[in-house]
Amino acid sequence: MKITVDEDRCCAGGSCVLTAPDVFDQRDEDGVVLLLDPEPAGHLHDAVREAAEVCPSAAITLSEAG
Amino acid sequence: MSTPSDVLVVGASAAGLSTAEALRRKGFSGGITLLGDEPHLPYDRPPLSKQVLSGAWEPDRARLRTPEALDALDVRFVLGDPASSLDPATRSVGTASGAVLRADAVVLATGARPRTVAGQAGLGGVHVLRTLGDASALRADLLGGGRVVVVGDGVLGAEVAATARGAELDVTLAGPQRAPLAAQLGPLVSGVLGELHAQRGVNLRLGTAVRGLTARDGRVSGVRLDSGEVLPADVVVVALGAIPNTDWLIGSGLRLDDGVVCDARCRAADGIYAVGDVARWYHEGLGALVRLENRTNATEQAAAVAGDVVGGERSYVPVPYFWTDQFDAKLQVHGVLAPGAEVSVVEGDVAARRFAALYERDGEVVGVLGWNMPKQARQLRQKHLVELRDLTGSHVTATEVEKADF
Ligand SMILES: Cc1cc2nc3c(=O)[nH]c(=O)nc-3n(C[C@H](O)[C@H](O)[C@H](O)COP(=O)(O)OP(=O)(O)OC[C@H]3O[C@@H](n4cnc5c(N)ncnc54)[C@H](O)[C@@H]3O)c2cc1C
Ligand code: SF4
Repeated sequence: MKITVDEDRCCAGGSCVLTAPDVFDQRDEDGVVLLLDPEPAGHLHDAVREAAEVCPSAAITLSEAG
Repeated sequence: MSTPSDVLVVGASAAGLSTAEALRRKGFSGGITLLGDEPHLPYDRPPLSKQVLSGAWEPDRARLRTPEALDALDVRFVLGDPASSLDPATRSVGTASGAVLRADAVVLATGARPRTVAGQAGLGGVHVLRTLGDASALRADLLGGGRVVVVGDGVLGAEVAATARGAELDVTLAGPQRAPLAAQLGPLVSGVLGELHAQRGVNLRLGTAVRGLTARDGRVSGVRLDSGEVLPADVVVVALGAIPNTDWLIGSGLRLDDGVVCDARCRAADGIYAVGDVARWYHEGLGALVRLENRTNATEQAAAVAGDVVGGERSYVPVPYFWTDQFDAKLQVHGVLAPGAEVSVVEGDVAARRFAALYERDGEVVGVLGWNMPKQARQLRQKHLVELRDLTGSHVTATEVEKADF
């Protein structure tokens, strides 16, 4: 799994951090998403899928192939 | 009910798409159909009053998922065909084109439509903002310049005023409250927001309700206030809140009362669910029916419904959250900023327009606000609002929770 984030879309609510804190964080200054781990280990995949889905700005894209 | 073999979702926008995605994520492998009245694949509404209206984004960027991601989801889209009837007993939906779609479970996700003012229909220069088409039409009219009057001092009205003013237009914001978003943010923070609008050159005409529109030759010419005064206008944006799209369900036997009335698990009847702006469900924490109109609720409620469809049986008890962007201010609202709550600024500085505040009632935190402090607001939410108990009892009411609607 490979994650990409679109900072320009991010509304900075932090839903992704609430859902998958090992993979996502937010910048201190403006709250925009910070990707801690673009290729997380398998046990995190479910949480990451949920984070991508709950992101209210469609800012998280997953490529499951890679 | 055993796990259904197929699911029909009516309404192909944020809540509808999220339902399909959550079903797949939870391992549902049956057929999923998304029936929508709009001709477009699912797109997002928050950018319509922000990046799309300002022109920073091409309308295309508002789409919610890439075509590849939609392919991978393996759902059937039936678009451009409004649902016109539902038979809950057989779980079949009739459409305007005469088709009948049936499934073991039906999810109602038909959202809401803008409230209008009398005399608005057919009048040139008057706009609402809900769809991509609305955004394009409004943007085209704004590009023509002239005086813009925004009717409505809630979240959407204030956002539209900020975006239009950002394009250097002559903008007036009219509404009955003392400050924009007074009901949503309380006196302190709405006061700061009012100052921001005034400093950026928005003409605030607050404290008087709008009575109607004036017109000349089929085009709007002004907005008439309760005081009798007329604000001259070339373009008017009506942002007076939204009405849930339940007309097509009249006669279905479902209980309709400001939305589709549901139980704590968002069920309107056996095998029939409602999600998103259209759903008014029993919030166990509040002990009351609530209907939320915000983007995060659409996805979170969809996940709850999908969980129930596959057999999860969990009540939906969210901590409400919405954000709004106006000029350089990015506001994050977690929980409920109840009127009369005690507000304490716990981080940052109001004068610097970068702060986070706690809203307390009866000594309990009921809401968190971040003003250009999104991360800190989220952390405060985690610290103070983790327990859904925070919304219970007499601390806040359903009416207060519903104030924060778009
Ligand atoms: C301009 C704008 C800006 C916003 N900004 C923010 C923001 O910054 N932050 C935030 O938290 N929230 C924001 N919101 C609110 C958020 O967009 C909504 O809460 C969200 O779109 C709700 O999703 P939904 O799928 O329930 O309803 P909708 O998005 O309304 O989708 C319902 C869909 O069902 C379709 N439909 C209706 N009737 C039928 C029928 N009979 N048959 C078939 N299909 C039907 C509709 O056409 C629509 O496509 C904004 C809303 C608007 C309009
Ligand atoms: S959930 Fe989405 S919008 Fe919210 S902080 Fe994460 S990436 Fe940004």
